[in-house]
Amino acid sequence: MKNSEAILHVKGESLFVDDIPLQHGTLYADLFVSPITSGEITHIDISSATNVDGVMAVLLANDIPGKNQIGNIIEDEPLLVDQKIHFIGQPIAVVVGNSPETARQGLNAIHIEYEKTEAVFDPRIAFSAGKLISPPRTFSIGDTEKTWAKCDIIVEGQCETGAQEHVYLETQAAYAIPKENGGLKIYSATQAASGVQKIIAHVLNVPMNKIEVDVPRLGGAFGGKEDQATAWACMVALASFTLKRPVKICLTRCQDMCWTGKRHPYSSDFKMGLTKEGLILAYEVTFYQNAGAHADLSPAILERTLFHTTNTYFVPNVKATGVSCRTSLPPNTAFRGFGAPQAMFVFEAALYKAANRLGKKVRELQKMNLLQDNKVLPYGMIVKNSRAKKCWNRLVKEYDIHKIEKRIQKFNQVNPFVKKGIAIMPVCFGISFTSTFLNQASSLVHVYLDGSVGISTAAVEMGQGVKNKIKKVAGQTLGIHDERIRIESTNTVRIANMSPTAASTGADLNGQATKMACLMIVDRLSRLAHTLLNAQKADSISLKDEKIYLNENQTEISWENLVNSAYFARISLSAQAFYATPHIFFDKKVEKGKPFAYFVYGASITEVTLNCLRGNYYINSVKVIHDAGTSLDPLIDRGQIEGGIVQGIGWNTCEEIIHGHDGQLLSKDLTTYKIPDVYFAPHDIQIKFLDIPNTLGLYSSKAIGEPPFLYGIGAYFALLNAMKAFRPELNMEFSSPKTPEKVLLALYE
Amino acid sequence: MMSQSKDIRFILNNENISEYLNPTLIVLDYLRKKRKLTGTKEGCREGDCGACSILIGESICGKINYKVFNSCLLPMGEIDKKHVVTIEGLNQNELNIIQKLFVQEGAAQCGFCTPGFVIALTGFLMTSSDFSDCKAIEAIAGNLCRCTGYMAIKRVAIKLCEIFQALTESDPAAHNDRISFLISSKVLPTYFLDIEKRLNQITSESQPAIDNQCENIFIAGGTDIFVQNPEKLKTSKPLFLLNKFELQGIWIKENTCFIGATTSVEEIKQNPVLQDLFPNIVTYFNLVASAPIRFRATLGGNITNASPIGDMTIFFIALNAKISLTDGKNHREMFLKDLFLDYKKLDKHDEEIIEWLCFPLPQGDYRFHFEKISKRKHLDIATVNSAIFLQIKDNIIQKIDISMGGVAPTPLYLSQTVEFLKNKKMSNRVFDQVIKIVQSEISPISDVRGSERYKRLLARQILFIHFYKLLPDSLSQEVLL
Repeated sequence: MKNSEAILHVKGESLFVDDIPLQHGTLYADLFVSPITSGEITHIDISSATNVDGVMAVLLANDIPGKNQIGNIIEDEPLLVDQKIHFIGQPIAVVVGNSPETARQGLNAIHIEYEKTEAVFDPRIAFSAGKLISPPRTFSIGDTEKTWAKCDIIVEGQCETGAQEHVYLETQAAYAIPKENGGLKIYSATQAASGVQKIIAHVLNVPMNKIEVDVPRLGGAFGGKEDQATAWACMVALASFTLKRPVKICLTRCQDMCWTGKRHPYSSDFKMGLTKEGLILAYEVTFYQNAGAHADLSPAILERTLFHTTNTYFVPNVKATGVSCRTSLPPNTAFRGFGAPQAMFVFEAALYKAANRLGKKVRELQKMNLLQDNKVLPYGMIVKNSRAKKCWNRLVKEYDIHKIEKRIQKFNQVNPFVKKGIAIMPVCFGISFTSTFLNQASSLVHVYLDGSVGISTAAVEMGQGVKNKIKKVAGQTLGIHDERIRIESTNTVRIANMSPTAASTGADLNGQATKMACLMIVDRLSRLAHTLLNAQKADSISLKDEKIYLNENQTEISWENLVNSAYFARISLSAQAFYATPHIFFDKKVEKGKPFAYFVYGASITEVTLNCLRGNYYINSVKVIHDAGTSLDPLIDRGQIEGGIVQGIGWNTCEEIIHGHDGQLLSKDLTTYKIPDVYFAPHDIQIKFLDIPNTLGLYSSKAIGEPPFLYGIGAYFALLNAMKAFRPELNMEFSSPKTPEKVLLALYE
Repeated sequence: MMSQSKDIRFILNNENISEYLNPTLIVLDYLRKKRKLTGTKEGCREGDCGACSILIGESICGKINYKVFNSCLLPMGEIDKKHVVTIEGLNQNELNIIQKLFVQEGAAQCGFCTPGFVIALTGFLMTSSDFSDCKAIEAIAGNLCRCTGYMAIKRVAIKLCEIFQALTESDPAAHNDRISFLISSKVLPTYFLDIEKRLNQITSESQPAIDNQCENIFIAGGTDIFVQNPEKLKTSKPLFLLNKFELQGIWIKENTCFIGATTSVEEIKQNPVLQDLFPNIVTYFNLVASAPIRFRATLGGNITNASPIGDMTIFFIALNAKISLTDGKNHREMFLKDLFLDYKKLDKHDEEIIEWLCFPLPQGDYRFHFEKISKRKHLDIATVNSAIFLQIKDNIIQKIDISMGGVAPTPLYLSQTVEFLKNKKMSNRVFDQVIKIVQSEISPISDVRGSERYKRLLARQILFIHFYKLLPDSLSQEVLL
């Protein structure tokens, strides 16, 4: 099948927000941001800035006509600093100029005075000081306290997992254009068009129907544009609304990295009790989430951490507590995995420690504790159709783990300074927004007179191939070729009240809605064909390959004929459908429910080679068995798995966020923050699909976006094993990312 | 003071252009804003991501020669009389084979990095001496992708190589006239056929006489200056040193190897004389930036940048290199290691430029090793780098020079270390002694590239690696533990 998005990309013809042709008179916004971490503005002087030639406006908090508030889950985040500063890079003023350069000159002319207050960067210190985003939450099952005595061994420890910068190649951008009704049209590089619309309406104090948000496509997002594209869209909306001129903003890489949130760093304490055979009896964990200065999506992310506390394992007695701690960093935010990777890392660390204590292989413990049907998860959901063991068994068999282990043992024996290590990472990831209400989507399908089709949904294309998948669903349902179908931009005028494209649900939710809308049209057309063909009541009509079939026999009526006839018969060729994921619920009062439609399973083997003289390493291979149901598009799904793995490896290895003493970001560009390049990526990634249909999924498929990220955790533990091959008495510490610096210091300390 | 606009003549894709422009205007901005050629993307503006890659064709002795550059670090003054090719300039009615493979393999996800990769692989087909997988991968090593994990892109590269290996086998003439070959295989549009002729037709005014006093800023490859201070450059009077041919080239005279200051890192890497002297130079230099940066970055630029971890600086200090400085009238020579006074402070006047670097041709049995350790192995700045030059007789060190970067405010020549090691035989015991001297000579600080503790450990590790490589039997593992 032709991927029309990809065809545009390879020609450089796909338009991103920064590529949209500018209207005459477009102005440029830049931001004056806080140079300090924490404090209060005592004086601000913008007079010199407004006098700069070409500066059209300098807008402060008191220029906002509506609410100075962009908080989504909790209303705790101002668009522009009113008085109190909470992090370096917090926006204080929007400077609008007739060129990007004049806007920059303007912001350089702003004079500010402030009083500094003490900043907090450590989530545990914030917790002790009572600085919390929301009250702590605990998920529990069984009774851990009573179980410890029954355990043969108990391991305890602390884990640190680092922040991660999204490095979507397209930086944050927005472009606002005044409309004739006093409203605005905003092109925004956001995953959440309706979220942006709603907040702009609040900020400007206008009804939502005056704000049109359009998303052409995103140059990568990974969660970083779910909540954090909103501020920039609000800035240009405010400027455009005030000046009645088109206004654009496009952050530089350095601005983007300094001003936006990252994956949450977590500091966690774990305690695990097991039998001497390795069966896990009890697990207790406390997650200290470093949320940054404002709530953003942190409470929801912490919730998913709690949901994935035990990953793909069954533990009868669990107590997991999560605390979202308010610190003086830019608000941390959604990033592929949404809190689950942090939880799964801790569980693997505990297993690793337990296996070492028991003198067993980690994989023996992993296998013994895999999740099976009818087991109850800590939040009350009963597991059905578990594929944990299926994935595991195929993994160790098809990639021959014994052979790999022998080869590595031999390699390590003959190489004094180069060591190899492997690790298995089994994964179980729940599909659905954990906030149940978000699991809704709608689709608007138009069939035009010539038989071509235009479809609008809430799904935002960001490289995950959702347009292609929806096109495929529509083509299959309507019985026409994909070439006839065009998936439109994501636009609030065509689709109202959209959930963000997130939680790996984009194709599932919007595909289901599209399927429903297409079925409505198929139903109308079939009835018409029934009449046209003088068919009997029992006869069946179907549409496939652009032809109309009567009782599975091809008729002379083509798709185009039928569409044309429908128009003259005054039958609607448009349909709008709404989908809400059935049978999911969650009761926060008791922290129990069935929050997920289904789970995605998988398992991987990661092999690394470590140079013990230099401390650097490379990733040889990642071998995967992945449960994608019946893949809607194997090429797209493979790409999602490969990309997720490499991003996950980056999180655990070379990607290190470094702050200075005052909280300023030091790793603020791609020179100092290193994402995997073509050489760092694994030499080989092998993927085999489990290929069992998912009866609960869209055309038997499963969601794909986030689960593969978790395989990246395997790189950390593979490295740990390679390090142990060099220094068997290695002091085990669980601190991700495992940078060459940490490796080398650990090897020789 | 605004810098003066100059008449810049060039061919943009298939269009001849002559425009009065500020020569420090960045090509990326010109393409996107002035020409609305938005297929060239801005990803980082510091040469790290390759989303802005373009092809530049230059006529050298009447023959056109293409290279891939990062347009975010390229000033308009540098494209005078050249052919600028953007992704739009490659598009034909049908997708070419690179574009087709990208679609077929699912190598374009969000699409933002894609045009840069297509350009890089086109450059590979236009210039690579052979169509091997590793050369193709090297060609895209300066391009970052955050979506695909590179696997699909690597599949494209490998299939492309398979196709072109087969094509060249059936058409041995393919290597002789690469442009015609690529037009006939539909990689390039047909207009490329005439570009050589059209470029040679573009006449330009003669370059103004060199007067170092009147320009207030020197620009060589610009790979750092356009990252650090692009704003300031807009109002400066730049002198583009790459136009000064007397600063280019590599030559031997009286047992001394001379390298012109504007010789690019890639030219040094590819030079047969240097490859002969230092058989691993290609491996060493592949760790220096990416190909598009190596094409632009110059020896003199890397030295005068005064970075304590300049790879070229560290490489050549260990070769006892000298440099020659000139202000346009007077010339003076000094040892490279003596150029660095303090952090980013050089023994050089503002109006002076480096003309050339030279080092004595090593004679007899000598050994050399360059080591660079960084967070990411490729396209990263060193945490610590170091080079060693060694001559041995009967296991006794006769001559030794060691440089080390990233461990002090300036690139270091480890003089005390070297002094101590002369006339000694390397052993675990000697290593234990010398490492103490190394640690007293260096003064690393904790920064974004690593903690002081780490850098001190690296200094020891690198010294061990140097001797372990050059004198394999002299040291054993125990000395490290």
